[in-house]
Amino acid sequence: MPTKRHAASTTSATPSTPTTPTPKPLSSGPATLKTNASAAEIAQHVWQQYATTTPQRTLLLDAFMAFLVLVGGLQFLYCVLAGNYPFNAFLSGFSAAVGQFVLTASLRMQTSDSGATSKPSSKGKNARFADEQGEEQRTGYSHERAFADYIFGSLILHFFCINFIN
Amino acid sequence: MAQSSLDVLLKGSSGRNTRGLLRVIILCTIAAAAVASRLFSVIRFESIIHEFDPWFNFRATKYLIENGFYSFWDWFDDRTWHPLGRVTGGTLYPGLMVTSGVIYHILRFLTIPVDIRNVCVLLAPGFSGLTALAMYFLTCEMSTSPSAGLLAAAFMGITPGYISRSVAGSYDNEAIAIFLLVFTFFLWIKAVKNGSIMWGALTALFYGYMVSAWGGYVFITNLIPLHVFVLICMGRYSTRVYISYTTWYALGTLGSMQIPFVGFLPIRNSDHMSALGIFGLLQLVAFAEFVRAYLPGKQFQKLLTAMVLLTVGIAFSGLILLSVTGVIAPWSGRFYSLWDTGYAKVHIPIIASVSEHQPTAWPAFFFDLNFLIWLFPAGVFMCFQKLKDEHVFVVIYSVLASYFAGVMVRLMLTLTPIVCVAAALALSAILDNFLVASSPTPESKAKAATEDPKSLRSTRNPVVGIYSYFSKSVVACSVTLYLLLFVAHCTWVTSNAYSSPSVVLASKLPDGSQFIIDDYREAYYWLRQNTPDNAKIMSWWDYGYQIGGMADRPTLVDNNTWNNTHIATVGKAMSSREEVSYPILRQHDVDYVLVVFGGLLGYSGDDLNKFLWMVRIAEGIWPDEVKERDFFTARGEYRVDEEATPAMKNSLMYKMSYHNYQNLFPPGQAMDRVRGTKLPKESPQLNTLEEAFTSENWIVRLYKVKDLDNLGRDHSNAVAFDKGLKRKRASKKKGPRVLRTE
Repeated sequence: MPTKRHAASTTSATPSTPTTPTPKPLSSGPATLKTNASAAEIAQHVWQQYATTTPQRTLLLDAFMAFLVLVGGLQFLYCVLAGNYPFNAFLSGFSAAVGQFVLTASLRMQTSDSGATSKPSSKGKNARFADEQGEEQRTGYSHERAFADYIFGSLILHFFCINFIN
Repeated sequence: MAQSSLDVLLKGSSGRNTRGLLRVIILCTIAAAAVASRLFSVIRFESIIHEFDPWFNFRATKYLIENGFYSFWDWFDDRTWHPLGRVTGGTLYPGLMVTSGVIYHILRFLTIPVDIRNVCVLLAPGFSGLTALAMYFLTCEMSTSPSAGLLAAAFMGITPGYISRSVAGSYDNEAIAIFLLVFTFFLWIKAVKNGSIMWGALTALFYGYMVSAWGGYVFITNLIPLHVFVLICMGRYSTRVYISYTTWYALGTLGSMQIPFVGFLPIRNSDHMSALGIFGLLQLVAFAEFVRAYLPGKQFQKLLTAMVLLTVGIAFSGLILLSVTGVIAPWSGRFYSLWDTGYAKVHIPIIASVSEHQPTAWPAFFFDLNFLIWLFPAGVFMCFQKLKDEHVFVVIYSVLASYFAGVMVRLMLTLTPIVCVAAALALSAILDNFLVASSPTPESKAKAATEDPKSLRSTRNPVVGIYSYFSKSVVACSVTLYLLLFVAHCTWVTSNAYSSPSVVLASKLPDGSQFIIDDYREAYYWLRQNTPDNAKIMSWWDYGYQIGGMADRPTLVDNNTWNNTHIATVGKAMSSREEVSYPILRQHDVDYVLVVFGGLLGYSGDDLNKFLWMVRIAEGIWPDEVKERDFFTARGEYRVDEEATPAMKNSLMYKMSYHNYQNLFPPGQAMDRVRGTKLPKESPQLNTLEEAFTSENWIVRLYKVKDLDNLGRDHSNAVAFDKGLKRKRASKKKGPRVLRTE
C-alpha cells in the first residue's frame, strides 16, 4: 500500500515541478517547499515557528514534558552505569516518567489541536472516511474534560508505580 | 386499532423510550438464558466443581477465604509436588480466586449466608451473562443497526464454543477471562473512537484485570498493537490512536507487572515486545506529525512511511539480535507450537499430551459454532465494505483468531467472540434489508425517475431494495428457521457434550434410566478417611489437583506442569519394572499409588490409554532406560493382551491396572472393554505393592507401597514365600522328580 502511493506521488510530482530539484524523495521532502534550505535551516525555521505560535499554556506543558524526558533519561543512564539493582524501583520510576510523558502528550494533543492537526489527518487518499473522522474529532473534548481525564490517568499510573516500587 | 396504538408506541420520542426499554428487557432475557443454559450439570448431577483444573482453583479459593489475602499472596504449598512444594501465590493467576472471594464477602456482608462452593460453581454462568452484555456493547460500536448488538449478545450467550468452558461448575480461569477479553476490546474500540485518556485508562484497568485472570492475555497484548500498526500502515494515524494506545500501554504494562506471576515478563519476554515496539513507533510518528504541523507538504507522507518502515526494520532486527543474544527471554514453547504444529510433538511431549492443545478437527467448528461459522466470512466481508478503524480491528481479530483456533482446540474460545460479532453483523444486515415491510413511497420513486437524465448513470441514486413480499417472506422464514435450529443445536450440544462434570460419570441403563458412576469421589473419600494426613499419593499428573482438592492429601505431581523432570520421574516409575520402580517410590516417600482403570466399564479416559504419554515424557529425560518402541509389538501395535511386549507386561502401570482383574471373570474369559481385547489368563503378579482399595466400578484403584521386608529379603522372594507356603513342597517335589526321570 505505501509503496504504491509512493510511486504515484513521485510520478505526479516530477512533471508538475520541473524547476524544483527532487533528487531524493526522502530527505528533500520538506526541502522542496523551502526550495533551497539545509536541514539546519529547516530545524531553525520549525523552532522559530514553534516559539512564536505556541500559546503559553502549551509551552508550560512542553516544559513539563522536557523535564520528564530529562528525568527518564537520567534514570536510564543510572541504570546503565550503576547497575539495575533495585530493578522494581528503577522500573517504576522510569515508567512513571514515561507514562506521565505520554499522558501529558495526550493532554497536549487534546487541548492544543484547534483545527491545526485535525485537518492534515485527512490524507486526501481516504477522502471517504476523512469527513466522518473529522466530524468525530471535532465533537471531541472540552479542555476541562481532557484535564479531568488526565488526572484520572495519572492517578492510576502513580498508584501502580507506588504499589510496584517495593 | 392495535396498529395505531403500536404506532404511538414505536414512533417519536416515546418510541425511543419504548425501544430502549425493550432493549433492556431483551438483554436481561438474553443474560438469563445464558445463565440458565449453563445449569444442566447442576440440575442433572449436583452443585459440584468439574474436571481437573477447577479443583485447584477451588482449593486456592478456599485457602484465600480462610487465611486472607496476604497469606494467599505468600502461600507456599508443601502439599503438592511432594519433595519440592510450590510457591503457589507467585505462580498462579489470582484474578479468579480474588473475584469469587470478593463476591463471597459481599454476599456475607449483605447477610446472605452462602457456601463458597456455590459461589465458585455459579461464577462461570454469572459471568457469561455479563459476557453477553459486553458483547452487545462491542457490537453496537461496530454497527449502527440496533439489531446487530442484540443478535451478537444472543449468539454469545448460547453458542457452544463458549459454553464449553463456562458451564456451572467449570470454575476455571476462562470463566471470567472471556468476559474480560470482550469488555477490554469494547473499551479499546471506544478509546480509539473517542481518543480519550479515560477510555484508554479503563482499557488498561480491565487489561490488568485480564492479566490477573488468564494467561491468554497475551492475545490482547499482541492484537491491540497489531491493530494500531495496521492503522498506521493504512495512513490512518491520528491523535486518537496515539492517546488511546499510549495510555493503554503505559498503564496496562505497569498494571500487568503487579501480578507476581507475570512480573518482569512484559519487558523481558518476546511475546510482549511487539507492544513495546509499537509504543516506540507511535512516539516517532507523533513527533513526525508534530513537526509536520509546521512544515505542510505533500512529501511528508513519504517521509512518514519511510520512517515507519525504517524503524520497524531496526526494531525487528534489534529484537532478533536481543533474542539471539539472550537478553530477552526466548519465546515460550507453547508459543512455538502455535506456529509450528509439529513443534510440541517433537520437543515438548508434555504440551502435546494435553488434549486441548491438539489441532482442531474440522467438524469441531460446526459443532461449536453451528450456522455462525458460515455467516462469519460474510460479516468480515461487510467489515471490509465499511472499513472504519473499528472494522479494521474486526478483520485483524478474525484472521488471527481463525488461525489460532485451527492450531489448538482450546483457542476456539478466543475465536468465538469475533464469530459472534461478524455473524451478527451479517445477519442484522440481512434482516434490515428484508424485514422492512414498507415499499418506497411514490414520491421517492418519482424523484428517482425524474432525476437529471443527462447525469452519469453511476451518479444517479436509484431506489434499490427488495419489495416483493414473496422474497421477503422466504428470507424471513429461512432466517427464523436457522435461528431456531441454532437454538436447538446449542441446547443439544450443551446438554450432551459439555455438561458432564467428568468427576461424576453418568450412563444410561438398558431401560433408559440414569446410572451415576461416582467412583472418583468414592476413592478420594476413602483416601481422606483411611490414610494418615500426610500420606503421599502418586498418580499421573491429571489427578493431582483432584487428589489435592477432594482427598486433601499431598501429591507428587499435579496439573500445574512446571517441572517436567518430576513428571518424567513419575512416568518412569509407572512404565518401568517393579524392581526399578520400587526405589523411585521409596525415594519419593510414596505411600499410595493411584491408577485409573476403565477396563471393566469401558471408560476410555483411563491411564492405560494415556500410558504412551507417560512413556514418551519419561523417554524425554531417560532415553536409555525407557523406550517407547519397547511398548509396541513387532508389528507396531499397542496391545495389552497375550501378545503384549514384555516391557508392557512388566510395567508397573500394566500390573496395577490388571491386578486381580482376571478373578472377576470365568477362567480365560477376562475382557478389557475399553481396548476390546481378551486378556491373558494369569493375573499379573505384584510384589512391591499391595492393593488397598478398588472402587465400585474399578475405575480408581489404590495400591499401598509395601515397607521394606522385615527379614531383609527382596519383595519378590517374600511374596513367593508367603504364597508358596502351601505350594513350596510341591514345587520342590516336582523338581527332583523331573531330574530322576531323566
